[in-house]
Amino acid sequence: MSNTEVRHAELHEPGLGNPELRKRIDDEYRWGFVTEIEQEIVPKGLNEDVIRLISAKKAEPAFMLDWRLQAYRHWLTLREPTWASVHHAPIDYQAIHYYAAPKTRTQPKDLSEVDPELLRTYEKLGIPLQEREALAGVAVDAVFDSVSVATTFKDKLESLGIIFCSFSEAVQKHPELVRQYLGSVVPYTDNYFATLNSAVFTDGSFVYVPKGVRCPMELSTYFRINAKNSGQFERTLIIADEGATVSYLEGCTAPMRDENQLHAAVVELVALKDARIKYSTVQNWYPGDREGRGGIYNFVTKRGDCRGDRSHISWTQVETGSAITWKYPSCILRGDDSVGEFYSIALTNHRQQADTGTKMIHIGRNSRSTIVSKGISAGFGSNAYRGLVKVLPTAANARNHTQCDSLLMSDHCAAHTFPYIEVKNASATVEHEATTSKIGDDQLFYLRSRGLSAEDAVNLIVNGFCKEVFKELPMEFAVEAQKLLAVSLEGAVG
Amino acid sequence: MLEIRNLHVSIGDKPILAGINLTVRAGEVHAIMGPNGSGKSTLAQVLAGREGYTVTADSVRYLEQDLLAMAAEQRARAGVFLAFQYPLEIPGVANVQLLRTALNSVRLQRGEPELDAMDFLDTVKSKLALLGMDESFLYRAVNEGFSGGEKKRNEILQMAVLEPRLAILDETDSGLDIDALKTVASGVNALKSPQRAIILVTHYQRLLNYIVPDHVHVLAGGRIVRSGDASLALELENRGYGWVIPEAQEEARP
Ligand SMILES: Nc1ncnc2c1ncn2[C@@H]1O[C@H](COP(=O)(O)OP(=O)(O)O)[C@@H](O)[C@H]1O
Ligand SMILES: [Mg+2]
Repeated sequence: MSNTEVRHAELHEPGLGNPELRKRIDDEYRWGFVTEIEQEIVPKGLNEDVIRLISAKKAEPAFMLDWRLQAYRHWLTLREPTWASVHHAPIDYQAIHYYAAPKTRTQPKDLSEVDPELLRTYEKLGIPLQEREALAGVAVDAVFDSVSVATTFKDKLESLGIIFCSFSEAVQKHPELVRQYLGSVVPYTDNYFATLNSAVFTDGSFVYVPKGVRCPMELSTYFRINAKNSGQFERTLIIADEGATVSYLEGCTAPMRDENQLHAAVVELVALKDARIKYSTVQNWYPGDREGRGGIYNFVTKRGDCRGDRSHISWTQVETGSAITWKYPSCILRGDDSVGEFYSIALTNHRQQADTGTKMIHIGRNSRSTIVSKGISAGFGSNAYRGLVKVLPTAANARNHTQCDSLLMSDHCAAHTFPYIEVKNASATVEHEATTSKIGDDQLFYLRSRGLSAEDAVNLIVNGFCKEVFKELPMEFAVEAQKLLAVSLEGAVG
Repeated sequence: MLEIRNLHVSIGDKPILAGINLTVRAGEVHAIMGPNGSGKSTLAQVLAGREGYTVTADSVRYLEQDLLAMAAEQRARAGVFLAFQYPLEIPGVANVQLLRTALNSVRLQRGEPELDAMDFLDTVKSKLALLGMDESFLYRAVNEGFSGGEKKRNEILQMAVLEPRLAILDETDSGLDIDALKTVASGVNALKSPQRAIILVTHYQRLLNYIVPDHVHVLAGGRIVRSGDASLALELENRGYGWVIPEAQEEARP
């Protein structure tokens, strides 16, 4: 049985074919379960002592604490941004727990040391921990709340010199790499949420692929929010040294919660000369209920630095979850002949809001970028594409192609496109295409007259609309992503 | 197989069909002819379950079931197939994907297991060969960028794969050159069997040279104004519709 099939079986609850049952679970967030594990929680609120406590609990070297404190002090001077096309009640940053860890204190050596309750959670999520080593090459670095609890395939990767571990472990074992690259793509002064993350981040993933090494498997992380009121502040840092290649998968689901939860992650990618990084995300945080109550605020800063010539960074994202999504995975195309790509599907249903897109900053000569954005709005959802293509004077012959499509599924949803283009080199070619279409009754009837249920008809049309992005995803992820779209659109039409 | 009693259809306040009576038995081929705008497509779409019409009838029975109570997909799964006059484009969805999803939902209803990818491809390829269609058809997006003739042949391919009990072909002949017409006709003839029935909607008799109907009906002013055998189609071809329609209007007088 392949990994994909296993995950499939897990995701596909029995009896879903039954229309009655389907109806009942319509819109009930399918993975909204809560794991009962004793939590160790630092009291609510944020001040320098909390940051010192986080740093101390993680036994960090002094440079880390200094960096956090600098970030915190800078954050105090900032105001929450208001430019995005999203609306939410004010966030009370003093009402958040900034540190929560499962009670399992010592780092488990193998699966038998992992809390069985936790294993069951992952099982429900479709990550077959027990079987995973036997399964096709996906190494899983599972983040449960804030502390990594299990890492696999380490030996195999280590033999190639690849480092794939939790951020905390990297701070302990590879402080020189962390010190060299942390904040080098997203500085702690970058923006309100990235600055907050820099001050309080508790864990995340770290990847280093040495010169000339092609990582032989997809690296994967599953995030999960579990503790009540615990904001999640992951930090991921991926470095591909000269000529290295790596593909990284990030996927997440979250349990049902009433209160809004802030999620402010930072991801930094560094691609040196001739290196290639592919970063794929399926984001399925709890979106809130039909009326927009609850749900995750997903305010993420993701940026890749194509630092070397001929380097290549590709972002692919499928965003179906969260009450509010605010993220712009970007590429700084510093190297000559460097390539940046952004493939995105963003789906908003019910009261979900998404303001997402990318920034392509062309600095190197002959740098090229491709943007394919597919926005799907259903219910009362609001979906904005916001993209910047900037060509600096140094970027002779830079090229960009942007394709931005919106699909509307109801009369109440909204789609907006905000393309910003700044070209400071006359030899550059920048193309922008945009379309908006509404899913048609005649298309639906055509498919239903072939025996497809209304739901299957919608899914087929949506999958066709998203095809260009799906084909960029690793196979198993593409399958999961299609399922997520289907689940997220249940009851959206008809 | 199909028994329509006093079917009335309107769109908004506008009556389109005003009392259709039609009986189609298994094994039969019926042709429905009539001038443009007489309601042929409306009849075809209402039978296939399109929503948005006001439909009333004494009864519409299909294989002992109340057809009007069934949703479009239920009708399809029960063996009703409509080849569209204007097939829709589904961007990004490969033909093969639609065919497979459709066939499996129909098979599920029949209590047959889903076909795996290999068996499915074998089935489809034999149908392609029958219709003289290239395999590349399968991997193109559904009807996207297809010529008029390709769209029509694609409808017949879907029909051949789904093997319906009652096939309704809405002007499948229009826009086809003579060779394409012959292949389409042979596809339809291959489907003919004592268990199946076919309704051909057309306003030319051309197609009927290749698929010989048992009954021909003329639809005008929302009613079937005349029925006959295959010779009626020939007569219409020679004399046009004018001679049947005034007659009908006279009959309609109190
Ligand atoms: N959606 C619609 N709204 C209003 N009138 C319509 C609509 N569809 C068809 N009609 C009208 O119904 C009548 C019958 O159309 P149709 O069934 O397409 O005829 P045929 O197929 O015989 O050419 C025509 O007068 C046409 O204008
Ligand atoms: Mg017509």
